[in-house]
Amino acid sequence: MFARGLKRKSAEDGEDVEGGLAGAQAMPSYSLQRQSLLDMSLVKLQLCHMLVEPNLCRSVLIANTVRQIQEEMAQDGTWRVVAPQAAGRAPLDRLVSTDILCRSVREQEGERPAPDAGDGHTPDLVPGLATVPSAQALRNPQSSLWEVDSSRENRGGFQKSLDQIFETLENKTSGSVEELFADVDSSYYDLDAVLTGMVGSTQSGHGSGLQAFSPATAAPPSSSCRSDLGELDHAVEILVET
Amino acid sequence: MSACSGRADIISTVEFNHTGELLATGDKGGRVVIFQREQESKNQVHRRGEYNVYSTFQSHEPEFDYLKSLEIEEKINKIRWLPQQNAAYFLLSTNDKTVKLWKVSERDKRPEGYNLKDEEGRLRDPATITTLRVPVLRPMDLMVEATPRRVFANAHTYHINSISVNSDYETYMSADDLRINLWNFEITNQSFNIVDIKPANMEELTEVITAAEFHPHHCNSFVYSSSKGTIRLCDMRASALCDRHSKFFEEPEDPSNRSFFSEIISSISDVKFSHSGRYIMTRDYLTVKVWDLNMENRPIETYQVHDYLRSKLCSLYENDCIFDKFECVWNGSDSVIMTGSYNNFFRMFDRNTKRDVTLEASRENSKPRAILKPRKVCVGGKRRKDEISVDSLDFSKKILHTAWHPSENIIAVAATNNLYIFQDKVN
Repeated sequence: MFARGLKRKSAEDGEDVEGGLAGAQAMPSYSLQRQSLLDMSLVKLQLCHMLVEPNLCRSVLIANTVRQIQEEMAQDGTWRVVAPQAAGRAPLDRLVSTDILCRSVREQEGERPAPDAGDGHTPDLVPGLATVPSAQALRNPQSSLWEVDSSRENRGGFQKSLDQIFETLENKTSGSVEELFADVDSSYYDLDAVLTGMVGSTQSGHGSGLQAFSPATAAPPSSSCRSDLGELDHAVEILVET
Repeated sequence: MSACSGRADIISTVEFNHTGELLATGDKGGRVVIFQREQESKNQVHRRGEYNVYSTFQSHEPEFDYLKSLEIEEKINKIRWLPQQNAAYFLLSTNDKTVKLWKVSERDKRPEGYNLKDEEGRLRDPATITTLRVPVLRPMDLMVEATPRRVFANAHTYHINSISVNSDYETYMSADDLRINLWNFEITNQSFNIVDIKPANMEELTEVITAAEFHPHHCNSFVYSSSKGTIRLCDMRASALCDRHSKFFEEPEDPSNRSFFSEIISSISDVKFSHSGRYIMTRDYLTVKVWDLNMENRPIETYQVHDYLRSKLCSLYENDCIFDKFECVWNGSDSVIMTGSYNNFFRMFDRNTKRDVTLEASRENSKPRAILKPRKVCVGGKRRKDEISVDSLDFSKKILHTAWHPSENIIAVAATNNLYIFQDKVN
């Protein structure tokens, strides 16, 4: 199965490959869906920096969801760093039919990747890489060990971003919010409208239905936002001191 | 049925007063509109007490928190009436940060014949005053005026989600995401903190308070619900800070039903005592549950509001609908409970007969005085003529706020920016 995934460079490969591909495209694997849920949740948390104080209950529930996913991924050994751009673009297209995540644990048992037993991380990673550009697919087996070793670090970095969000909710220094807005890419707002707003009510009842979610075209600037925060804090410190 | 169309503003709270004579609505623009029931007259027996606008006033204005560089919305989160003790009506209205006590009173007389002012209110030249007279009260057109009597501010760091008047009529509580404060109506510069669940380290925050209410008869008891689907009953006699509950209500999770969304859909959006004080009702995303105060380990009744959404939770998470906070209400005799859903549907459950009905609040489907037709959502397979399929539901049309008259079968349903009032048909 993994071989098929890697062989997928040319479309003329045998039916087996096609079958495997068709399966992956029609019903994204549990890992991929889980990853996309994680990315979506992180984007939702980042978009909390609005003019009005964000809804704390919503933020807490999303953060708890993120922690749950993170814990499960740590157990599976599938916890890895995925470049935000790649994670942002591909999975969002797939979110239209993500009912696999809504199914109970019992139903999913057959589909989840088995918890890793030893150093065999590659098998667990590859199914999730089926839609990642081939260059990255080739690279990842090499870096999988690094990713495993630094999984704790990733979790630490990840935890740090959650903490940052709560701290930001707690202590907003005056001026920082406007500066955040000034630096953020305008595509931020498109994503916000798509993810957190209702689909336009100008359409009929059908249009507002669940399937009308339109994937964002821009990658969520999650990583750039985080680094911006660090720079901004520095800038504000300088301003305050002078 | 009478439909009253508000302005563009979305209705954010609906509440009958204790007699049902008045119905108050608050909206996103900070306005309060009060409707009064027409007195039934012998001449027009068929017009059974319709509700007409009685008073409109601006309760809250948008503010700016300069310390945090954030706007404070003027949206009215809750309105609660005080029991009537004299000719005037009193209500509490709150936005995210500030609670206000409003007095609504009628004026149908005015004083005339002042000595120092003329009839238009302009000062008279003292030199022209040669006699003294006593001003007299003369009748005038009825005027209803609302005046803010108390402003309870600066006590909440987080967003106020509930207010509840105590049965002693002297105190009330206000609850935000992490704290609950007890106030005396007469004192605005002090409040007692009675619940505080804020962790020392905000990074450890995993649970928030979602709703709170005083017991209808026991002025020492109150409940509050959480985002983890739990309800705590507290007794203020036990200690000043009620961090330790007297009772803890939680239904054990069904492990076979667990998904990434389990916690979110278990978050309780509303909690209400029954009028009798023996039960509490909670609303989470998919169900309404009735709990007996004497049984903490599980609810005595569970009603499915829209279980067909269970397989759509991921999409509802995407578009944030999964965070919608639906309210629930009891009827006067605690025999029927009501809550809202999507597509302008609202549901009623009869606790005795176990029958339930889905109704729709929309102008297209109902004319005044028409009888509401039950609606049905088709879950799969063949859709019958009058049914609507799950994928056709309009998730922007949500009924979050409803109210039930304290003694009669009159209900008020807020559908975005429209208010619908339904009554039992008169034979």
